[in-house]
Amino acid sequence: MSDAPLYRLEAVSKSHAGRDVLRVDRMDLRKGELTCLLGPTGAGKSTLLRILAGVETPTAGSLEYLGQSFGDQELPLNVRRRITLVFQRPLLLAGTVRDNVEFGLRLRGLGRRHRRAEAILDRLGLNGLASRAARTLSGGETQLVALARALVVEPEVLLLDEPTANLDPARVALVESVVAEVHRQRGTTVIVATHNLFQAHRVARRVILLLDGRLIEDAPTEQFFNAPRDPRTAAFVRGEMVY
Amino acid sequence: MSWTSELWPIVALSLQVSATAVLLSTLVGVPFGAWLGLTRTWVRGPLSALVYTGMGLPPVVVGLLVYLLVSRSGPLGPLGWLFTPKAMIVAQVILALPFVTGITMSAVASVPVELFAQVRSLGASKWQTRWAIVREARLGVFLAVAAAFGRSISEVGAVLMVGGNIQNQTRVLTTAIMLETSAGRFGLALALGGWLLAFALAVNLVIVRLQGRPVS
Repeated sequence: MSDAPLYRLEAVSKSHAGRDVLRVDRMDLRKGELTCLLGPTGAGKSTLLRILAGVETPTAGSLEYLGQSFGDQELPLNVRRRITLVFQRPLLLAGTVRDNVEFGLRLRGLGRRHRRAEAILDRLGLNGLASRAARTLSGGETQLVALARALVVEPEVLLLDEPTANLDPARVALVESVVAEVHRQRGTTVIVATHNLFQAHRVARRVILLLDGRLIEDAPTEQFFNAPRDPRTAAFVRGEMVY
Repeated sequence: MSWTSELWPIVALSLQVSATAVLLSTLVGVPFGAWLGLTRTWVRGPLSALVYTGMGLPPVVVGLLVYLLVSRSGPLGPLGWLFTPKAMIVAQVILALPFVTGITMSAVASVPVELFAQVRSLGASKWQTRWAIVREARLGVFLAVAAAFGRSISEVGAVLMVGGNIQNQTRVLTTAIMLETSAGRFGLALALGGWLLAFALAVNLVIVRLQGRPVS
């Protein structure tokens, strides 16, 4: 594994309607890590993930991917195709579940689409839904299909925004185990945004706390929960209001 | 000659003129409407207003303009299109194009903006994203084409002015109904009206079926 960061953000900010929703002085995200972005609603987690996925550009600052700087420009297609993002409220395309799962494969012109889609649907317990109209699924099923279509292209970087928000405990466990498996077996870099402390503790090797769009703490999981440097992190971990 | 032998050429020409006009309108209107629905530039507002205005164009005004265009002394006079199906097709394209464009534009613009980001996050290029969004709006595009066909097949003013209602040459269902009614041949007029209604019904059945279909 290379020591060079996968992502390096310097003085990256993002504004919406004149208001800063993200302002990160510096952040390195290393290749092959499983990182959780923690923070309450509105902390800037989703915005950060969208910037990392290349679907939004920073208002200012510099974004580097594997040492290549893109400033505040769009990530090029060849970089974006190594990254997939599962949104907090995923929208499925018209068509069947299988159509949705095969979508990213079609975009890349990859073959054996049917077999690849079947494999990932099977792993997520969705094989019975392959021919179902995607827009007739429940919220939980939609979230799993969105995860399937992100995983099927075997991305180098998997970005997950509250991936278990609509799921029952059994499916939360399933998603966490699939994500851990992908991370372990393929070396996929995984960055999960969540407000769930327990989930972060269970799955992450490293935890980053964002509050009001600012990076507060960035530490290995054990240190983050047991010996945080910042008092706001300690308060957040204790479940106290910190903003 | 029986009135049934008069009927078929009229039905066939109506279908030919309207289908050609709708095909041409679709070839231009769907890409243009999709672009208008997708673009975020300032031209969208003024162009949308023009398209919506076009949807309310009075057919007789279109007939007059096309007449002036293709008449012997008009800029397209040398083509000799006046009182031919070609002039009727031109008039119907002008009438149908805003429908295809406007309804396509609305359908594309109504696709959730968030879907753009989600499609891009799966590795879509700019053009792949646009195509995916237009595919999402495809029911609306079908509706646009069906609505344009309904407008074309039932239009009378413009095709009468530029076609001239010449038997076996430019007589279509609507103009024939007018003529036969004024001549007191109500049997043929009713038969023609029945065909026109049947086409309108077929188009509306398609529209209702599309509207009622779950977006699957």
